[in-house]
Amino acid sequence: MAEVVVYVDHVDGAVRKPTLELVTLAQRLGEPVAVVLAAPGDGLDPAVALLAEHGATRILTVRAGEFAAHPVVARADALQAACAHVTPAAVLVPSSPEGKEIAALLAVRTGSGLLTDAVDVENSGEGPVAVQSVFAASFTTRSRVTRGIPVITVKPNAAPVEPAPAAGVVEELEAVFSERATAVRVVSSTPREATGRPELTEAAIVVSGGRGVGGADNFALIEALADSLGAAVGASRAAVDAGWYPHSHQVGQTGKSVSPQLYIASGISGAIQHRAGMQTSKTIVAVNKDAEAPIFDLADYGVVGDLFTVLPQLTEEINNRKA
Amino acid sequence: MSLRIVVCVKYVPDASGDRRFAEDLTVDREDVDGLLSELDEYAVEQALRIAEASGDGAEVTVLTVGPEDAREAVAKGLRMGADRGVHVEDEAVHGSDVMGTSLVLARAVEKAGFDLVVCGMASTDGVMGVLPAVLAERLGVAQLTLLSEVSVDGGVVRGRRDGDRAAEVLEASLPAVVSVTDQSGEARYPSFKGIMAAKKKPVVSWDLDDLGIDGGDVGVAGAWTVVDAAAGRPARGAGVVVTDDGEGGRQLAGYLAERKFI
Ligand SMILES: Cc1cc2nc3c(=O)[nH]c(=O)nc-3n(C[C@H](O)[C@H](O)[C@H](O)COP(=O)(O)OP(=O)(O)OC[C@H]3O[C@@H](n4cnc5c(N)ncnc54)[C@H](O)[C@@H]3O)c2cc1C
Ligand SMILES: Nc1ncnc2c1ncn2[C@@H]1O[C@H](COP(=O)(O)O)[C@@H](O)[C@H]1O
Repeated sequence: MAEVVVYVDHVDGAVRKPTLELVTLAQRLGEPVAVVLAAPGDGLDPAVALLAEHGATRILTVRAGEFAAHPVVARADALQAACAHVTPAAVLVPSSPEGKEIAALLAVRTGSGLLTDAVDVENSGEGPVAVQSVFAASFTTRSRVTRGIPVITVKPNAAPVEPAPAAGVVEELEAVFSERATAVRVVSSTPREATGRPELTEAAIVVSGGRGVGGADNFALIEALADSLGAAVGASRAAVDAGWYPHSHQVGQTGKSVSPQLYIASGISGAIQHRAGMQTSKTIVAVNKDAEAPIFDLADYGVVGDLFTVLPQLTEEINNRKA
Repeated sequence: MSLRIVVCVKYVPDASGDRRFAEDLTVDREDVDGLLSELDEYAVEQALRIAEASGDGAEVTVLTVGPEDAREAVAKGLRMGADRGVHVEDEAVHGSDVMGTSLVLARAVEKAGFDLVVCGMASTDGVMGVLPAVLAERLGVAQLTLLSEVSVDGGVVRGRRDGDRAAEVLEASLPAVVSVTDQSGEARYPSFKGIMAAKKKPVVSWDLDDLGIDGGDVGVAGAWTVVDAAAGRPARGAGVVVTDDGEGGRQLAGYLAERKFI
């Protein structure tokens, strides 16, 4: 049976959810072969167990200090080495900014076509088909790769994670790093502070605030609602530019693209660049005091009202119902 | 020698207008209003700031690959303050994917001469955001992408990349390709002086022959991917909109409970 390489995104050995979604998706196309790039000291046993549990028949690991010392290209070098070892029918990579670049480098080097930001991947007689959402999600396209190995990056929440126990045979690989890999040096690295909330792109529920929130302190209202639902917090660019919330939480064209089960937008007008990052959410709820706000065109449920009264009441009611 | 900076800018359909696909399933660039991609204005801005800071007569070239109208993207860069423009135009380029476009850009950048290439973070129409990496690979030079801060000093480019898990400061010796985000600093408006001066700045046009590229390697024919279908997303079914009468929050909680979100 054909093998499909899945690039594993993990933090110190903890596999991130979008990768498990890809292992599930890959089974539509063939047998998943997971590729794990790690620092020499990373403990990989939990990762290996999790990947095998979800369907990885083989797990290729590459350990090198280069991954931390040099960004992007070193990882592309190692992924390329893994693909040379396997001769896959397709390569799936999680669609983060870094994942997309790694996939692109693999594609150009192997003379392969690249499709990015798939929201679904299907098998056809002519190879994998990537379903993509374009022009701020106003169009859905279906595309194929016509040359080389299909290299496809897939967005979070494209498929449910399903257990499918497989052998998960581990092999260690060596990578040789290119000159271009070591040409860029990481001079310093400041880890992002943990918020204790789910990762924005992976969360099942996202609660976002915009200019209507009116100030940094008021984001406490958004956070309280998020916490009542176990949700991640998002923000519009207007709120980020005003300095009310960190840029890492921006949803939209130049921020994160999210596709949760539920998206709650408060004090956000619904500009095209914001919609580009949330329009594929399954259920959309909007709270806005302007009945004409374009966000209501997208909303499954909208409340025309002042977020300063609606949100606290909503949060209280949710907490009551849970208690 | 003074620093040679090339900025890659793309002419894109206006996002606030009606964007669509042409019959051959390529992005319709003919009948829609276009403009210099807003995200590439940040690239022009950073190129100009780097040139100004270098103080030794650094030269900024704006480069675009696209149809006749795309010349406007170059013109905007010149009005902002770039020194010269290059417009690559060739029928055969129509419908190129990132592999085709990056090939054309790589040859054009080499022909123009460069120490530093500055790109935007992504096209506002294609939004792949991978072209800068592929371009760097084709040129065989260092890549520092998605920078929210960038500077050049003594032949070394340095920048900050705000990743998912960490903010990293990166550096590399020139030559290099960088891409900059919309966090890198507001782009300037062309001044009256800039607008007048731009009219006299040189713009060259190259076609694929000038770049030694075979037409079969680019465009729809040379693409390594194909779009089989493009469909307008069905309008979301009209949702329920209620006006808060004092119970809006509780009603919303009821809706969320019904959908099992609580
Ligand atoms: C190249 C480019 C990229 C961009 N990328 C992004 C991006 O990634 N993400 C993004 O979000 N934007 C992006 N933008 C900006 C985008 O165009 C909008 O400017 C932005 O989304 C507006 O944010 P907003 O909805 O919070 O603010 P506004 O448009 O000002 O809307 C605020 C809303 O809050 C409502 N409101 C005010 N007070 C209250 C209250 N008390 N209760 C309830 N409602 C209230 C108002 O009625 C209004 O509808 C981009 C723009 C460009 C040009
Ligand atoms: N046709 C083009 N001409 C010039 N530069 C381009 C072109 N297409 C893409 N670019 C550059 O590559 C960046 C990323 O593009 P993309 O990968 O298409 O999202 C843009 O911000 C531009 O700097």
